[in-house]
Amino acid sequence: MFEIIRQLEERRARARAGGGKKRVDAQHKRGKLSARERIDLLLDPDTFEEWDMFVEHRSTDFGMEENTIPGDGVVTGYGTINGRTVFVYSQDFTVFGGSLSETHAEKICKIMDQAMKVGAPVIGINDSGGARIQEGVSALAGYAEVFARNVMASGVIPQISTIMGPCAGGAVYSPAVTDFTFMVKDTSYMFVTGPDVVKTVTHEEVTQEELGGAMTHTSKSGVADLAFENDVDAIEQLRRFMDFLPSNNQEYSPIRPTDDPADRQEPSLDTLVPDNPNESYDVKELISKIVDEGDFFELQPNFAANMVTGFGRMEGSTVGIIANQPKILAGCLDIDASVKAARFIRFCDCFNIPIVLLVDVPGFLPGTAQEYGGLIRHGAKLLYAFAEATVPKVTLITRKAYGGAYIVMGSKHLRGDVNFAWPSAEIAVMGSKGAVEIIFRADLDDEDKIAEREKDYQTQFANPFRVGARGYIDDVIMPHNTRWRIARSLRMLKNKKMENPWKKHGNIPL
Amino acid sequence: MFNTILIANRGEIACRVIRTARQLGIKTVAVYSEADQNALHVDMASDAVFIGPPMAAESYLRIDAIMAAIEETGADAVHPGYGFLSENPEFAEQLDAAGITFIGPRPDAMRVMGDKIESKLFAEKAGVPTVPGHAEPVKSAADAKKIAKKIGYPVILKASAGGGGKGMRMVESAAEIEEGLRASTAEAESSFGDGRVFVEKFITNPRHIEIQILADSHGNCVHLGERECSIQRRHQKVIEEAPSPFVDAAMRAEMGAQAVALARAVNYQSAGTVEFIVDAEKNFFFLEMNTRLQVEHPVTELITGLDLVEQMIKVAAGEELEFDQDGVSLSGWAMESRLYAEDPTRGFLPAIGRLVEYREPVTGVFGTSKNVRVDGGVNEGDEITRYYDPMIAKLITNGETRDEAIKHMQRALEEYYVRGVGNNLGFLSAVMAHPRFIEGALTTNFIAEEFGERFIPEETAHEDFGMLAAIAAMMHRREVERDNQITGRAMSGSALSREQFTYGDEWVAIVNGESHPIRIAVADNQKVEIHAGGKNYVIDSGWRPGRSLFTGQVNDEDICMQTERTSTGFKVRHAGYQGEIRIMSSFAAELLNRMPAKKAADTSKQLISPMPGLLVSVEVEVGQDVKSGEALAVVEAMKMENQLFAERDGVVAKIYLEPGDSLDVGQIILELE
Repeated sequence: MFEIIRQLEERRARARAGGGKKRVDAQHKRGKLSARERIDLLLDPDTFEEWDMFVEHRSTDFGMEENTIPGDGVVTGYGTINGRTVFVYSQDFTVFGGSLSETHAEKICKIMDQAMKVGAPVIGINDSGGARIQEGVSALAGYAEVFARNVMASGVIPQISTIMGPCAGGAVYSPAVTDFTFMVKDTSYMFVTGPDVVKTVTHEEVTQEELGGAMTHTSKSGVADLAFENDVDAIEQLRRFMDFLPSNNQEYSPIRPTDDPADRQEPSLDTLVPDNPNESYDVKELISKIVDEGDFFELQPNFAANMVTGFGRMEGSTVGIIANQPKILAGCLDIDASVKAARFIRFCDCFNIPIVLLVDVPGFLPGTAQEYGGLIRHGAKLLYAFAEATVPKVTLITRKAYGGAYIVMGSKHLRGDVNFAWPSAEIAVMGSKGAVEIIFRADLDDEDKIAEREKDYQTQFANPFRVGARGYIDDVIMPHNTRWRIARSLRMLKNKKMENPWKKHGNIPL
Repeated sequence: MFNTILIANRGEIACRVIRTARQLGIKTVAVYSEADQNALHVDMASDAVFIGPPMAAESYLRIDAIMAAIEETGADAVHPGYGFLSENPEFAEQLDAAGITFIGPRPDAMRVMGDKIESKLFAEKAGVPTVPGHAEPVKSAADAKKIAKKIGYPVILKASAGGGGKGMRMVESAAEIEEGLRASTAEAESSFGDGRVFVEKFITNPRHIEIQILADSHGNCVHLGERECSIQRRHQKVIEEAPSPFVDAAMRAEMGAQAVALARAVNYQSAGTVEFIVDAEKNFFFLEMNTRLQVEHPVTELITGLDLVEQMIKVAAGEELEFDQDGVSLSGWAMESRLYAEDPTRGFLPAIGRLVEYREPVTGVFGTSKNVRVDGGVNEGDEITRYYDPMIAKLITNGETRDEAIKHMQRALEEYYVRGVGNNLGFLSAVMAHPRFIEGALTTNFIAEEFGERFIPEETAHEDFGMLAAIAAMMHRREVERDNQITGRAMSGSALSREQFTYGDEWVAIVNGESHPIRIAVADNQKVEIHAGGKNYVIDSGWRPGRSLFTGQVNDEDICMQTERTSTGFKVRHAGYQGEIRIMSSFAAELLNRMPAKKAADTSKQLISPMPGLLVSVEVEVGQDVKSGEALAVVEAMKMENQLFAERDGVVAKIYLEPGDSLDVGQIILELE
């Protein structure tokens, strides 16, 4: 018996050593943590239950049978974050460069299957050189197995990918399918084809960082949600992030107790919207003054910044916030903003997270770049996602809500539950200047007349009462009461039950 | 008594006057520009009249607009506050002509005292000592030497047309006169187009001390003691107090008598201030007389128990002073700090923006903090614009002794919560914590000598970092406890499990990039004992997660500290220090230490606007070679033109903006390659 225990300890030690001290040191030198350090930091202390520590690959080609390391390049298991169960896999770059083999993939699939059974989120920590070439197509099949599970788990349990090293080629499609992707600056990158191939094919010279670094993906491509300074910051924030999410699609979001009164008044919101309609303001001030404790976890802050998305809490429960940002591009809708908001709304809808929309939108961004890029198709995604969502939906129009953008941004007509407007709201087909130029085309030469008409139009339509009279908004609220009014709406909507007609799935314009 | 007073001013002073008028049962009229439509003074007044565009020259400085507002509202008196039209004799005369009372001195007194040279001559005639020297321009170096010899070295050469330090040269001996005169004349010539220079005695280590006087129209005139305003930055007062730690009873009586004599000589009536410069030997010299209510008048109010605005109104209404000099008694100590919208990290340049968060400290209004008074003029959500003076509010405290007044000031400054606009609160705290200030060893060079050109809160030392770490640890502990109450936990019950206890009690605080081990013992819900930085701290506080102000007892001492939750830690502010404190498990801290430090992006290639304002000119062209320190552009903000210099050598690669463009903080003006 002692002998077996001794052997067990020995094997465990071997597995824990990963690729050995030299490789772990090299990993550290690159400014990266080891696979196990990452897990230990992520989970509550002493809660990690490791599975498949003794798994070794079965490859016999190219002398691989001589070269096995227990664990096979990925550490898998489960544990808790603030007491709530999560499953985790963490690729170990020190073992075969973290490359994915058939067994490596099997380990990942095993915990994913288990997570699905118990309804707990899966967090993947990616740090891998790619497919294990020696295994050839078996490795590819491994990827495919993981992807298939990512797809099946989508909308059932939250899936989060953190990229903490290379993630190239086919491997990128697992994070791409998951709900959120976090990256680390300077040490992580994602691309389908690397700089060398790019150079050969298109003669572009580009560095790894430029092609697929954290900044690229969080500001240019929108592939990732957040970029962090280092592994420790990323993991610390990931813990904070997980506190917002329900464990699965059958549950409501966790509730974190708060002292922040739901009826807290914010008199300064009465002056947030400037008197001059062409002046901008920062919608994030509004967000931080309505959510609990001003605690707002923003996603994709540097990508399509004209649309703000992220999580906050109202009376302890998570809400998804989607807001036009008047400070950037006047808060207009363009391709990136539409897609960003649409995807976020769908996540909230999957996981029973109520949606709060803050609207100040002058319209869609004009221009050939947008039209050729398919603004129609992409804008439709936002419309589709909002209309389809069955979670509680509260919309507040703070200022402009013009034309098609009015419809798309959470209007009553698209099954909005509670629609509020501030007194400064202007809901119309377009701004008064544009409207007058069309209606009174004949008077265009007469500047005074046009100015007068514009003023007329302004008084008639540039207020919330026209739409109020039609019931398109439920109430005009005082800005300083915004938190309280939204909180009460969410209380009322708490038990909202709504089902869409039976369908295999809808056909969102992808 | 008046029926309605129009206040020809804005901001805190307008609010201040309205408060007293209300107490006297007098109706008030506010005037406001386009930029002040939602301003506090407009809310507070019984009536308000719009007077024009934001620029002061087109609104608050327009006599005709004010006259129209008077007519419209039927006001029978005008209080001018300070600044704007307060020392404009023409305004007072026009009011006279219209039969409206100007709450201030007579126009002729304003006129005499408004003139630099005439006021000096007047003072000499009244027997008030002035700084030795000649107001007459010097004719030659020999002439200058003669004067200098008479008044004694060191002397200062000053431009007749000057101001702002331009053309000033300090000269310590006869040998330096020639060179000094040449340089001074040249600088005066280039700055003002007027090369005239005069010689004056140079006062080393001067203090600025002023006497408040009060005179009625019946020939009564008293002084209300002194105020010391030595804490200045570029001739702008920052902190004032009354009495002065430098002035004794005899000196006070003498200064007071001189000030009263001067006031009588100009037939002064109303409240006024006679400013003196005082040397290290307690010799004092007349500087100028301010014929209006001073910004710093509250410190006098708190030690005399008088309401100066009330006195001004009564005097203007023709009432006689209710007391003579013997009836004036000074008790206790008062201190005033001016809250400026400015950026101390960028050489105190003016800052503008929206007051996203603005909470004043608890004041005597609620009876709980009788020693604190805030003369404010803004609401949370107000916009600080570039059109007016950057002073947002004044914080005034008092106590039996100077130490007590300082202590109240320290606390109130910690409570004062302002976000969204750069401000000098941290700097004020740092001054209040400075040993030399506490000692009272003040001169007008205090700020320049002790702080230099800028103030960086992140680089300011705190005498007890252990305490800051301990408080942060306590707050973190409360957050962990709260996190453990989150719903959906796999374990049952809300009690902390064994492993969480370990997690909760052995931490590392990272302050200024350094790790300090921390241990915690929980006594009860309120009380936590923390070992940090080699010391024990017992913290008794009801702080709960989400609060932005920590208050409580630390080792039985009352502590207040601002604390902002960031994504990674707590951004704290105390005694002028500001920085982020992260509390982590020792394991996490060890890993964090291993993370490579990231280099900040090199921005020295870019010329970035350090302040919001207007681009006046770009001094260089694309392709031009520039040397480090060379002027690249001029930016105007708050009526001040500021030159921006190259941080390194290079060639101008690209100019992004044109003269006339308005600038945000951080906007790139041009780039070097």
